[in-house]
Amino acid sequence: MTNGQTNGALDYQPGNGAVHDDALIDCDIAELHYGKFKAVRDVAVKLKWGTITAFIGPSGCGKSTVLRSLNRMNDLVRGFHLKGRVIFRGQDIYATRVDPVAVRRHIGMVFQQPNPFAMSVFRNVAFGLRLNGYKGRMDDKVEQALRQAALWDEVKDKIRSSALALSGGQQQRLCIARAVATEPAVLLMDEPCSALDPIATHRIEELMAELKKKYTIAIVTHNLQQARRVADMTAFLYVDTSSGGRTGYMVEYGPTPAMFENPREEPTQAYIRGEFG
Amino acid sequence: MAASNEGGRVIGEIDLESLEHSLRRPRTLFSAVMSLLTGGATVLALFPLFSVLYLLVTRGVASLNFMTLTRLPPAAMAPGGGFGNAIVGTLVIIAIATLLSVPLGVLGAVFVSEIGPDTRTAAGVRFAAKVLTGLPSILAGVFSFAVVVVTTGGFSAPAGGVALALLMLPTVLLTADEAIKAVPSRMREAAIGMGATPTQVVTQVVVPTAAPAMLTGVMLAVARAAGETAPLLFTALFSEFWISSLHPYFLPKTIADLMKPTASLAVMIYNFSGSPFDNQIALAWTAALVLVVLVLIFNVIGQTMAGRSAD
Repeated sequence: MTNGQTNGALDYQPGNGAVHDDALIDCDIAELHYGKFKAVRDVAVKLKWGTITAFIGPSGCGKSTVLRSLNRMNDLVRGFHLKGRVIFRGQDIYATRVDPVAVRRHIGMVFQQPNPFAMSVFRNVAFGLRLNGYKGRMDDKVEQALRQAALWDEVKDKIRSSALALSGGQQQRLCIARAVATEPAVLLMDEPCSALDPIATHRIEELMAELKKKYTIAIVTHNLQQARRVADMTAFLYVDTSSGGRTGYMVEYGPTPAMFENPREEPTQAYIRGEFG
Repeated sequence: MAASNEGGRVIGEIDLESLEHSLRRPRTLFSAVMSLLTGGATVLALFPLFSVLYLLVTRGVASLNFMTLTRLPPAAMAPGGGFGNAIVGTLVIIAIATLLSVPLGVLGAVFVSEIGPDTRTAAGVRFAAKVLTGLPSILAGVFSFAVVVVTTGGFSAPAGGVALALLMLPTVLLTADEAIKAVPSRMREAAIGMGATPTQVVTQVVVPTAAPAMLTGVMLAVARAAGETAPLLFTALFSEFWISSLHPYFLPKTIADLMKPTASLAVMIYNFSGSPFDNQIALAWTAALVLVVLVLIFNVIGQTMAGRSAD
């Protein structure tokens, strides 16, 4: 790659760890606008089945924006417009006939702030199942989801009490349980640990390593070490201010060890050295 | 270098004396005076309330017994009697008013705060609701007289219900609006992220989360409406009889039962308090006490329900 301005993604070379063909989500965003504001350009990543992909970069580089466009959460923002494509299982989720509600049932999301509903632990986990009209034994499904989120032992005695009484770390694992209860194909995690203490963060990271056996995960993180610990693939996004505005773009994308040990681009090297952030 | 009001203490050294309570220090004195002031204001504000309650209990409790709660109002010179029909009438009229105002108010609030918060309609509805909160209650009665009494051809419980619903509606709508706005947007986001449709977001997350606060608004509205006399004077009027002619008499059984003048505690208090007969005046006091207790019961039930639904 010769020019960081063009983009690193399309320049990505196969053979250094990732396989192109079994990508569950093939995302190629040429431009992403909010009204007239160009927020992101030139991001192309492929989420391979059973891997964790991390988006890293300084504040305002658009990493959360990219993540939220993978399950059409950005549709809620007025003026949102995307040029490009996000192929999920062979289908572009931005095609006109696609229902964003259906997309979100396959591609779940965990948010930065733990956001359980003001209901019991049980009803939080059962929420998605009920939305989908699940008819089977709810108790089993809820227990299974809570076990997957490594929360069952802590909450099994207070399953009928309010989820808001749980600690922050427990609430976030509850949100993960809620998301995996409906067995989505992909789990998007938007800085899931930024509101948590180190111990809770560690638990979530362990959990992610466990979850990737079943789910394909994409995570946005501010914490470089976290990306290094959990991610198989890492994408580095940076801000381009040359055209006047602040437009995020992808500088480099590759297997995590290579990204951290041998970053090819100057901004990546500087960021990983900790010169800004 | 020295803090003047502490008697020349040097910065950096801790004067143990200064750690003790002392009203000589201006800050401490100010704090103590303000605490006294707020406490005094609270007592002052509660004084009229408790004196009314005291009066109600001392005057009302004298004739309070099973008979007064279950008998019909006494004639002019007659002893005894009660206001069983007025209790039933009040409950029926309030029920009608609640059934009319709560669905309208809550659905209106859902529109105003969730569906079209920035539309002109929403701004208009909010403005109209705020104006309506200041509506003189007698005008609600006039409205219902014109719309219900004239068209149906007589005074009735539904006519009273419509008048009270008009008074309850803005309170219900505005508190429900506030309750919905207070639902954290991250809960909506969570539901949308799980693939909930906009309707599901409203019915499964927003309204259940806002329900306890909405209920508080409904209870406030009921408490206000239960005591209103003016809107009932020429809508529900009053009745000396039970609501139904068939046993059990307190249970309305047909539409015809409802479509005739209906007794209410508020109008009974109004009628009897101006009476020259001691028995009727005593009953008016007791009815006032019962009305306050009824509102209190509504509130306790409401609070309990609100507490439960939060789990």
